[in-house]
Amino acid sequence: MTVAAETDVYRALFERRQATLRGTEPAWLSGLRQEAMERFEAMGFPTTRDEAWKYTSVAPIVRTAFEPAARGRFDGRSLAPFRLRGAREIVFVNGHHVPELSRGGSDGVVVMGLREALDREADRLQRHLGRQLGESATAFAWLNTALFDDGAVVAIPPGQAAAEPVHLLYCSTADGPPAVAHPRTLILAGARSQAAVVETWAGADGSAYFTNAVSEAVVEDGAVLDHYALQREGGAALHVAALFARQGRASRFSDQSVTLGAAFHRRDVDAVFAAEGGECALDGLFVAGGRQHMDTHTRIDHAHPHCSSRELYKGVLDGKARGVFHGTILVRKDAQKTDAMQTNKNLLLSAEALVQSTPALQIFADDVKCKHGSTTGQLDPAALFYLRSRGIGEEAARALLTYAFASDVVGRIRLEPIRAGVTAFLQSRLPQAGEIREALA
Amino acid sequence: MGKTMLEIRDLHARVGEREILKGVDLTVEAGDVHAIMGPNGSGKSTLAHVLAGRPGYTVTQGQVLYKGRDLLAMSAEERAREGVFLAFQYPVEIPGVSNVYFLKAALNAVRKHRGEPELDAMDFLALVKEKSKVVDIDESLVKRPVNEGFSGGEKKRNEIFQMAILDPALAILDETDSGLDIDALKSVAAGVNQLRSADRAMVVVTHYQRLLDYIVPDFVHVLIDGRIAQSGGKELAHQLEAKGYTWLEEAPAR
Repeated sequence: MTVAAETDVYRALFERRQATLRGTEPAWLSGLRQEAMERFEAMGFPTTRDEAWKYTSVAPIVRTAFEPAARGRFDGRSLAPFRLRGAREIVFVNGHHVPELSRGGSDGVVVMGLREALDREADRLQRHLGRQLGESATAFAWLNTALFDDGAVVAIPPGQAAAEPVHLLYCSTADGPPAVAHPRTLILAGARSQAAVVETWAGADGSAYFTNAVSEAVVEDGAVLDHYALQREGGAALHVAALFARQGRASRFSDQSVTLGAAFHRRDVDAVFAAEGGECALDGLFVAGGRQHMDTHTRIDHAHPHCSSRELYKGVLDGKARGVFHGTILVRKDAQKTDAMQTNKNLLLSAEALVQSTPALQIFADDVKCKHGSTTGQLDPAALFYLRSRGIGEEAARALLTYAFASDVVGRIRLEPIRAGVTAFLQSRLPQAGEIREALA
Repeated sequence: MGKTMLEIRDLHARVGEREILKGVDLTVEAGDVHAIMGPNGSGKSTLAHVLAGRPGYTVTQGQVLYKGRDLLAMSAEERAREGVFLAFQYPVEIPGVSNVYFLKAALNAVRKHRGEPELDAMDFLALVKEKSKVVDIDESLVKRPVNEGFSGGEKKRNEIFQMAILDPALAILDETDSGLDIDALKSVAAGVNQLRSADRAMVVVTHYQRLLDYIVPDFVHVLIDGRIAQSGGKELAHQLEAKGYTWLEEAPAR
């Protein structure tokens, strides 16, 4: 199959959609979609010959004829495990906003479906939607831009601190033939505002559905935005996601990702310092077993001076799982006094698990502090013996050490319900967790 | 003397391809403290690790009976639950695992094995309070992740603290004096001495006689090239201090 033929299916779909949508979307959006479609076609689906996709083959996506996801039903009970207590919540099923499952908030923070926002205040979105996709945007991000149906808009007014976290819950029913959704999120953190925004992509264990998500975050001067990305897709799912964050002067942005589900996972995090004095923290934990494939690419663009970035990514791999971490730190010529640190640590629990870790520092300024470190290893036999020599059984000792490995990333999660949820998940994956629960520092 | 705690007969062991222990014989009665001395590479630490069940050590010949049962047939955790304790020469740092709760899990594994009820958090913390006084360890240290950021002395003190909590029948102290200044050594030794009892046997492995000034042994054995070359009372340690090991190395092993 040629590259052109692979993208043809999506071109046909695009043409049909544009015909249907004609007149309902503003001209700027049609133009954006047109441009995005052209970029997608020009790039084509990536292959393992592309540096950024060297260890991740997208063949399972390319060779499947996904149908656009139809509206689906998710009853309250099956949704319950994915909900976030104490949060204002907006729920999507198969990419479509379901207002009756959503929960409103009490403050001036705007949380609404993207479709609804486009109907009501399209012009306000024009300045931001699609504008954060930079030179590193993948073909998938452009495909999302060409085809997205719905998603969420979160806008925190300048100077306002959100009273509660905002939870964007994207669920897939995974029942029926393989379907694709392109959920789209736009977060606008006004100057000196403060908020926590959680995105969850979740689904049932069922068909091999495809989620192609894109999130854009505009963090204005002095704003503080904590973003969480929880990937809890169904076992057969294919999950591709990208986050583009653009930071204003002296703003603080964090993204904490927890990746647990899907058969195939690829996430690109792209953070740009668009002014001086910003701080950025990217943390991630992925737990892969069986034949799961999990790939995280990060790119931090230090385009201005006096910005600091911190990255801590940890992977736990069992079975025949594959993991990829690739972290680019770009320090441009004028970005003096940059302070960047990147750490990636991976724990292999089986002999057949494999991980590729690549730090990529590109430094063009001369007065900067940049550090990176990457380690991959197995459970420390000395620590294992130490625990056993005190009477802890071997299985419990392994579980304890595995949990301990992940604990610092988990500990950084500031939202307690998320931290508790991740802890519970890890414990459910570890044998004899009951015996050792208290010993987890 | 009390009943026999440990009986080692003609023990041969190797690490990888190298034979380290070449026929060790040793009998330890309850209530006694035995010191094992010897030059570097004589097999002291290997013996300690073989007794504790460390993977990677292969016993090729001989027998070890603990309270009359085959110790070598037990896994490391079974040995611990049966009352064998090894104080490590190099205690391991385990970030992310709380010292005090790990110890509670360990103690309850031991108690469960003995058919005793598990301790709840309140009772356990009372025990921690009591035992931290015995070894003079800071309670805040006890609550930190296992050995993480501890000084050499604090790590050794933590080993003795763990021993006090787990209350073993047979304690093996592997070079507990190494890396300690004189004050730390005195305080660790004082902790060990408080744990001496008629029901407990101790095997103290050390390179230097200095430790034995503070933990006075009932018996001293000299291990040379994988065999016990000489046994005696505590005065043997002083002889070694004065004469070194060479006079024993030159003599025929048996």
